[in-house]
Amino acid sequence: MLAFTLRRAIQAIGVMIAVGIISFSMFRFAGDPVNQMVGMDTSGAERAAIRKSLGLDDPVIVQFGRYVGNAAQFKFGVSYQFRLPVSNLLMERMPATLELAICATIFAMVSGILMGVYSALRRDSLLAHVFQAVSLIGISLPTFLIGILMIYLFSVTLGWLPSFGRGDVVHIGWWTTGLLTWSGLKALIMPSITLGLFQMTLIMRLVRAEMLEVMRTDYIRFARARGLTTRAIHFGHALRNTLVPVITVAGLQFGSVIAFAIITETVFQWPGMGLLFVQAVQNVDIPIMAAYLMMVSLIFVTINLVVDILYTIVDPRLRSTVSRAH
Amino acid sequence: MSVGRSLFAATLAGALALAVSPALSQTLRYANQGELKSLDPYTLNESTTSAHLGHVYEGLVARGKDLKIIPALAESWETPEPTRWRFHLRKGVKFHNGDPFTADDVVFSAERVRAKGSNFQSRVPADAKAVKIDDYTVDFILTSPNPILTALWATWYIMDKKWAEANDAVAPTPAAATTPSYASLHENGTGPFTIESHQPGVKTVFKANPNWWRKPEHNLKEIIFTPIANPATRVAALLSGEVDVIEPVPVQDIERVKASPNATVLTGPELRTIFVGMDQARDELLYSNIKGKNPFKDVRVREAVYRAIDVDLIKNRVMRGLSTPSALMVAPEIFASKDFTRPKFDPDAAKKLLADAGYADGFEVTMDCPNDRYVNDAAICQAVVGMLARIGIKVELLAQPKAQYFAKVLKPGGYKTSLFMLGWTPDTLDSQNVLHDIMGCRDDPKDPNRGEANLAGYCNKQFDELADKVLVESDTAKRDQLIKQAFEVSMKDWAYVPLHQQALAWGVSKKVKLTQRADNMVMLYWATKQDE
Repeated sequence: MLAFTLRRAIQAIGVMIAVGIISFSMFRFAGDPVNQMVGMDTSGAERAAIRKSLGLDDPVIVQFGRYVGNAAQFKFGVSYQFRLPVSNLLMERMPATLELAICATIFAMVSGILMGVYSALRRDSLLAHVFQAVSLIGISLPTFLIGILMIYLFSVTLGWLPSFGRGDVVHIGWWTTGLLTWSGLKALIMPSITLGLFQMTLIMRLVRAEMLEVMRTDYIRFARARGLTTRAIHFGHALRNTLVPVITVAGLQFGSVIAFAIITETVFQWPGMGLLFVQAVQNVDIPIMAAYLMMVSLIFVTINLVVDILYTIVDPRLRSTVSRAH
Repeated sequence: MSVGRSLFAATLAGALALAVSPALSQTLRYANQGELKSLDPYTLNESTTSAHLGHVYEGLVARGKDLKIIPALAESWETPEPTRWRFHLRKGVKFHNGDPFTADDVVFSAERVRAKGSNFQSRVPADAKAVKIDDYTVDFILTSPNPILTALWATWYIMDKKWAEANDAVAPTPAAATTPSYASLHENGTGPFTIESHQPGVKTVFKANPNWWRKPEHNLKEIIFTPIANPATRVAALLSGEVDVIEPVPVQDIERVKASPNATVLTGPELRTIFVGMDQARDELLYSNIKGKNPFKDVRVREAVYRAIDVDLIKNRVMRGLSTPSALMVAPEIFASKDFTRPKFDPDAAKKLLADAGYADGFEVTMDCPNDRYVNDAAICQAVVGMLARIGIKVELLAQPKAQYFAKVLKPGGYKTSLFMLGWTPDTLDSQNVLHDIMGCRDDPKDPNRGEANLAGYCNKQFDELADKVLVESDTAKRDQLIKQAFEVSMKDWAYVPLHQQALAWGVSKKVKLTQRADNMVMLYWATKQDE
């Protein structure tokens, strides 16, 4: 078991290094950061001095060594745009992204499960068809379009919800939260729905399929034969057995919710890490891009590592296959 | 005088004072596509940043609503001799922390703005000396006459010497700073607003400065600035009344905003000139099927390109009427161009010129174009590509985000372009800047900065001589004559193809009255807002 965990951890480090190499080679095509840092009519000598002090003139291999060395120590330097340490900027923006991602996931889980159960149990009802149509929209329409459409409906036309930003936030230590103010809660609604819509459709379809599958199994028939109430059968036996894969998927998807927040945050000017990243790309702010990519890959790698380890604990069959293979 | 009467007089005076100066009671919410990155006024020489900081800091001079230079921290100035400028400073002005403003601060700022790491080094000539005469008089001693010394000083903001020394901010925050500096996160200006909180890239709150030396024309108690990068979200925020002012409004949304009940669009000509350039420096084009020679070196080919482009069509179709076709490389506000008209659009003549030059079947070339920098930039380039195709020049368009575009075509990238589109506003608001930076010969051994942004590599010694004379000529009439001659020379050479001045488009709530300035600097200290 220890050997397995260790092997997985080494693989995870390998993935991180690969991400580092890929992202570093991409930065070389992002453009010249100096152009974004000074005015248009800055003299060549001044530009050259900035390039030199940023180390952009060093050989590629030296730059890469420095980048990997710093990244390994979680040192990401100073943002080119803001002249502030990247770690501070990310920490400052992290609460906004995490709050949004968690709300989006909760929204996706609750509504996805409810809609999935309903459309499995009342397969031919009108509402089930409506749900199917909605899930088709959620899968096929791009996030930014849904966001913009919602803004035009709920902000511009109806005037119910704010079109951008986080509203008023409350500081709790270094954490900022919008959950404690009325404007903060209102500001969360549309971005959470936009971000969670894709996951919601995924969960809804998963629940529906699983539920239909489970309803055909022997123990449900047996439960029926025992004369249990429909309610107990549906929610006590069928739904509970459906939830295992749903929770796994939702957990794995949490990483991509954070990563996909980039688009939602851009549409709603949500001051999170994704927005910071998009602005960094536009301004060739390499330190922020590097740190963000490393952080997102770390989240993915960690979630996967934890899931892998949990599986081997929960399911002994996996453990034996692993040891037999070696 | 009885007590009653003086009391009455006092009440009357009070009432008058109330009636004259509007109460500073309103909150104005403003969204721009760009963000305020550093509060250090010497870090980034870019007009949006300077506009933001212009609410907080002030220069010795300012630009009025019509862009004329007006006194600010200097009450008056004179030039006792052509190389000596004397500035009489305003008395009783205080920085936001209460420090008095004196000549020491001006001398200090003149050093700091030229120090290593400043992006505004050219604001004060490197060899000029700033000399304190007394607490409220400063002399600038130059090595050669400079009639437009103050042209850029409206955005050379004066900083507090004592404050900078106390906070370890004597050196400007360089663009490549590795540690955050105090001055990039805090301000201490003399201007109409103070910054109450600043979260870079998220939100900045400005509060009205009650001790400002000028009488406020605004009625604001605070300005809340949020960057909103996404154009659709920015427009939606204006339409839903969540912000009061946005800049810019995308061209395609202007009619919709105008039709809405609670907002409108202020449009006007901008000073930026958009133009097309052809590489006429290299002996062989980098991106073309013609090998061994450069077709753009032939003046007939350049004229053909000029005559093939229909600027009126671009104005009507691409810009939806919101552009001013231009004959010159500068806007009419900068140099009145009565004597210049744009040579006629004439594709048949263009075809003939091409044939005369030996390219009867045309040729192929790649055009570089930004797609996120100017109003409808990529669409203008597409239109140009279509127009050139009609005379047989087959253009492959490479439209890129500005980060990649500028890295390729500017000097550090080695001017790697054969045909390009660029926009330029001379920040001095004077033609000399364009004559020198855009149209002057590159690689001048005496003046390495000449032609810095001359991506086309146009070079004419006679033109440069005229530009040099313009630099030192103090007599306005003679100077204008020289500028005119220089432009005539370049037009005869078909050096560049000026297209138009794009239009400004600011979205403004109907509750807000605002003055629009042609340099696209949004100055909210001229804004008034009605009660909600």
